[in-house]
Amino acid sequence: MHPAEVRVQLKMPSEVACIEQTVSLVARHCLSGTAANESLRFRLQVALAEALANAVVCGNQEDPAKSVQVDAELRIDRITVQVTDEGDGFDPEQVPEPVLPEHIADTCGRGLFLIRKLVDDVHFNEQGNSICMTLRRR
Amino acid sequence: MGIHQTKDAGGAVVVRVDGQLIVGNRQELKDLINGALDSGERKFLIDFARTGYIDSSGLGALVSLSKRVRELGGELRLSGLNEDLRSLFELTKLDTLFAIADTPEQALANF
Repeated sequence: MHPAEVRVQLKMPSEVACIEQTVSLVARHCLSGTAANESLRFRLQVALAEALANAVVCGNQEDPAKSVQVDAELRIDRITVQVTDEGDGFDPEQVPEPVLPEHIADTCGRGLFLIRKLVDDVHFNEQGNSICMTLRRR
Repeated sequence: MGIHQTKDAGGAVVVRVDGQLIVGNRQELKDLINGALDSGERKFLIDFARTGYIDSSGLGALVSLSKRVRELGGELRLSGLNEDLRSLFELTKLDTLFAIADTPEQALANF
């Protein structure tokens, strides 16, 4: 196993206004000094933005007393990002498929679906308040 | 960075999204288009040529706006999606709900 080349840990307030800046910061550190292609950058940005939005809005319900923990690791062959909120968690298996005909025109519910499509591996902790996403370098 | 509105010579409202369209600024886009709808505008083009990424909240805002525009007898078109952005619409099958052109000029040509 390769050692981590870059490790980023930060705590973000439960404010949607902080999501874009956090995505930018994590992506910059995880992709700096590497030959990251634009597709990898895009997939990382969107998946992380989705995970942070879920954590801030659904998990912490924008409670200013709660924060979101982000732990990211860059290895030579992959990037792993874990996002943890202080909410009660949820069951990811109960989220309906947004591409079913009856849900295509829904105005919400695509976040987890996009994460699963954009990253190579997704895991949740048992409580359902922490998501770990892995993107392999291709 | 930001969301900018202009008006095409043919009367369409052209909205350009510079930066991201995500949970933090989707309401700005909704307010802008809903305000134009309330002022009587019915033809809208949203151009993403300068957009970095869109999250599911941004996609949801587009679906919501498209519904309202259609209900009022108007039309909402999209343009300027690069390969990555277009993949989001294809993955979510939203490419079947929107008229998507490569460039603003193509989108406005027969508007």
